Amino acid sequence: MTTTTAPTKEPVRGATPGAAREPRRRTGRIRRIGLPYLLLLPALLLELLVHLIPMVIGVVMSFKELTQIYISNWNTAPWAGFGNYKLSVDFDAPVGEALLHSFYVTVAFTLLSVGLCWLIGTAAAIFMQETFAGRGLLRALFLIPYALPVYAAVITWVFMFQHDNGLVNHVLHDQLHLTDKRSFWLIGDNSFYALLTVSVWKGWPFAFLIVMAGLQNIPKELYEAAALDGAGMLQQIRRITLPSLRAVNQVLILVLFLWTFNDFNTPYVLFGKAAPESADLISVHIYQASFVTWNFGTGSAMSVLLLLFLLVVTGVYLVLTSRGRRTSDV
Amino acid sequence: MSESPLAVRAPGSLKARAAARPVKSPMAPPTSFLWARRIFLTLLTGFVLIPVYVMISSSLKPLADVTGQFRWIPSGLTIRPYIDIWSTVPLARYFGNSLIVAGAATVSSVVIAVFAAYAVSRYNFRGKRVFTVTVLSTQMFPGILFLLPLFLIYVNIGQATGIALFGSRGGLILTYLTFSLPFSIWMLIGYFDSVPRDLDEAALVDGCGPLGALFRVVVPAAIPGIVAVAVYAFMTAWGEVLFASVMTNDATRTLAVGLQGYSTLNDVYWNQIMAASLVVSVPVVAGFLLLQRYLVAGLTAGAVK
Repeated sequence: MTTTTAPTKEPVRGATPGAAREPRRRTGRIRRIGLPYLLLLPALLLELLVHLIPMVIGVVMSFKELTQIYISNWNTAPWAGFGNYKLSVDFDAPVGEALLHSFYVTVAFTLLSVGLCWLIGTAAAIFMQETFAGRGLLRALFLIPYALPVYAAVITWVFMFQHDNGLVNHVLHDQLHLTDKRSFWLIGDNSFYALLTVSVWKGWPFAFLIVMAGLQNIPKELYEAAALDGAGMLQQIRRITLPSLRAVNQVLILVLFLWTFNDFNTPYVLFGKAAPESADLISVHIYQASFVTWNFGTGSAMSVLLLLFLLVVTGVYLVLTSRGRRTSDV
Repeated sequence: MSESPLAVRAPGSLKARAAARPVKSPMAPPTSFLWARRIFLTLLTGFVLIPVYVMISSSLKPLADVTGQFRWIPSGLTIRPYIDIWSTVPLARYFGNSLIVAGAATVSSVVIAVFAAYAVSRYNFRGKRVFTVTVLSTQMFPGILFLLPLFLIYVNIGQATGIALFGSRGGLILTYLTFSLPFSIWMLIGYFDSVPRDLDEAALVDGCGPLGALFRVVVPAAIPGIVAVAVYAFMTAWGEVLFASVMTNDATRTLAVGLQGYSTLNDVYWNQIMAASLVVSVPVVAGFLLLQRYLVAGLTAGAVK
């Protein structure tokens, strides 16, 4: 990546010497050098306002005793030192114990959800690599869960998971007689599986979309050559398709991981403000710690810890998966 | 199925052209593969479509059908829920708010992303790498981390200057447009890179300024990518729940929060909830399915390289 300042795009103007032309040439050069910054300025300002400055403030807040008394004048809140952090990671006390539990639930949920999304998405994309009758229609149908607004999709699942009038209990209990009595899906231990189902249903089409796009970049000559050499279908998938998707998968799995780990919308619509313990994802947990108990300092400390964890995981992941590969240029 | 004419016409996007061409293996796949495909795709179609069926069929059921045991086949069809949804909660107002917020966020996000991506794609300047890495890494932040500070910033800006960002549509537009910005910039950089530089250099020689080259040459050539980015931005804004639930009030509430009004009432009118869900989904799903070709072409040329 080069970071030189010389713009080469504009045709060089005639360099006639003369004092009268000097100011105009200088503004021209400033405009040429400044143009890329000018083009970036709106994006930069907005990112600063909505992402970067709030992040810095969030870190500052995490060191403050920020309860609802100080909301409208938050810089007068007393400093708390590492108090909020101590409270968050004291795993013997109720607050820390609940946070740790929520963290474990989130990790298990994320690994399962990302794994299933990737598996289903990749399998579907590979099965649909070649044209067949109805492929276009099927592709459109498969993208519906991704296209539906989260709340509309999840609220439909809430209806399906209802105890008395839901589809899931009707099928499992009334029709297939698999359970002795109707189960509760949105409270208790089952809620974890309910959440996982909805998350996979909603998330796999994205993996499908990305892998499908990635497959289209594999030259078909590779398959022709392999077929001539006598490689079967499975071998072609293992030796050509999957290795060619490596770069795509590296980004896809990271993005899926971060989205799923930070997902707030799905559990929030599925369970409401108070998630059941077995499906207490960390985003909702922190939301509750902040907005239900109005304790922003502790909530911020938890958010910062979450961000640090995600930074470490992302860093380690990128180092591990980039080994042996040329670092890609942004 | 017919291939998208625009994706093929896009000058210079050789990749998009290759993408539009179906990949054919010289050898016919074995029967076992065909059967595996048939079974897998059938099961998957069932998994995907059952909730969609529940949504559509329940929205046409009389109330008795959705309060008692679940029925696959409605006992009778009625369009009553579609009439009642507008009076049970002020759905039209929520709809209007969502349209304004998502529409404005999309337009501004796309315009800003086009400028930024053009700068990164066509110029070398100090800080370029820092910019791209920083913008992309904001994707990683948990929304909850900057929800609290942003909430405080908006409240404090409101008290200091009188500009109401908290509780207003403006604040929500501002927030949402930055959500889609990183991905949009990233995807458009890849897309602009695939537009040959000779084209905009020719435009510069012909006397266009850099912005003229951008709008007369680069943007028209990158229309599929821009459409894809716009679809993504609109969907992001239309479906967001977290910030909408904290940063809106009765007057500015969007569909994401408003739709939950049906289930907090004493009686849960599931047929109305399903009807309302369908009504709010139709614009995005229809738009998405119509434009999904661009999204795939855009991803192929931009993100997945």
